Amino acid sequence: MAPFAGYDMPISYPTGAIEEHSITRRAAGLFDIDHMGQFEISGKGADAFVARMVSAKTSDMASPQARYSLLLDEEGLVLDDLFVYKMPGSWWIVVNATNRHADFQWFSAHLTKDVHLADRSDDTYMIAVQGPRALELLERSSGTKVSETGRFCWSNISLGGAPVLFGRTGYTGEDGGELFFPADKALYVWETLLARGLSFGIETMPIGLAARDSLRFEAGMPLHGHEISPSINAIEAGFRWACDFGKDFIGKQALLSLIEAGPARRLVGIEVEGGVPREGYEVIDRDGVVIGRCVAGMYCPTVKKYAANAFVLKEFAKEGQPLEVRIRGQGRTARVVKRPLYIPAYRR
Amino acid sequence: MSIDAAARYAESHEYAKLEGSLVLVGISDHAQEELGDIVFVELPKAGKLLAKGQVFGTVESVKAASDLYMPVSGEVSEVNPALQADAGLVNREPYRKGWMIKVKPSNICDLDALLSAEAYGKSIGEA
Repeated sequence: MAPFAGYDMPISYPTGAIEEHSITRRAAGLFDIDHMGQFEISGKGADAFVARMVSAKTSDMASPQARYSLLLDEEGLVLDDLFVYKMPGSWWIVVNATNRHADFQWFSAHLTKDVHLADRSDDTYMIAVQGPRALELLERSSGTKVSETGRFCWSNISLGGAPVLFGRTGYTGEDGGELFFPADKALYVWETLLARGLSFGIETMPIGLAARDSLRFEAGMPLHGHEISPSINAIEAGFRWACDFGKDFIGKQALLSLIEAGPARRLVGIEVEGGVPREGYEVIDRDGVVIGRCVAGMYCPTVKKYAANAFVLKEFAKEGQPLEVRIRGQGRTARVVKRPLYIPAYRR
Repeated sequence: MSIDAAARYAESHEYAKLEGSLVLVGISDHAQEELGDIVFVELPKAGKLLAKGQVFGTVESVKAASDLYMPVSGEVSEVNPALQADAGLVNREPYRKGWMIKVKPSNICDLDALLSAEAYGKSIGEA
């Protein structure tokens, strides 16, 4: 049996990945997500610049709103996915760790004279607090009614004296938020939340990468490098909803052509029997012909299913479509299922 | 971490424990801990003849899939049916309810070639 190594972040804490997943679904999970990057965009031309750079509608956004968006290239391929926060007088863009430098270069390359761009990632720490009891934990820890902050909005709170920006967003399908605060308060905020959880009787545990992945997977949220990437366009990945075709943005023309032509392949959810589907596994039809490939796959602890996300030829993308996934050389019974497997809290 | 003193061990972390005329095979407590949460176990059908060192199945953890190797040669006489419904038994009770297969050994001397509990403990850094 081979050891599994090479990560700087915990795959799981001593609690174990499946229990961590369950704790987040029943109480509160703490996620160290400092690797996320944050850019600040300001200046007279900031509104127009942001509107052109990201796919989502931003013209109707006012402080304190936040919105999910894609960052596309001219071909409509997905450079990254991000959260756009409207601040008083500026924009705050939250990007994925692995893309931080590439994203910053991309924004810089398109910068206009009246726009100022700054990378705030090193000064800013991020912790996510997620779960059905996450708001209660934050409310009682901060003395602020964070539940009055609307979904996809932000507010300023204080945790044990540390100034924290609370964004009511997340990546697990549960209610809760993402906290932004000065990096030198990282350990303090982390330990404060764990201690308050304990004293309030709110089960609160640190959650590792494996559970983060299964939580986001069940909730149908993409992970860059898997469901979306610079070799996947927004239409085949099913992100038309995150694009505002009423404005001009980088990648719009390409997406319009893709919509007209119809994408050759589609992202689908697949349920598998008799094995764990994983990234890279082939999806085959009943004749053994390869018609797609898994981009992510795992055991899903809440819905108790083995499932994958895969890009398949569009003729095979219908819900209920019988397929097979090749696991260690053997075709395993599978079928296309509706995504997400777990309805996120904000849609319930 | 526990090491079943009555079992013998392969360097690839499978254990083999003589029970009457059969050899009970599973993975050590150390192995399950290294793997993390186990979500699926693929095992051979009863009746299959396998040589020592051959792959008899796969254990899938949250992290990865790992091959399982025969610690002794022989015929698979029984497969643990409980693992289909609850692969986590391998995590919780590796030496008891989490056993994987029972083997009718073709050469009982295979057992002697395996590590003793004490030697296995040393090999994984246990005092």
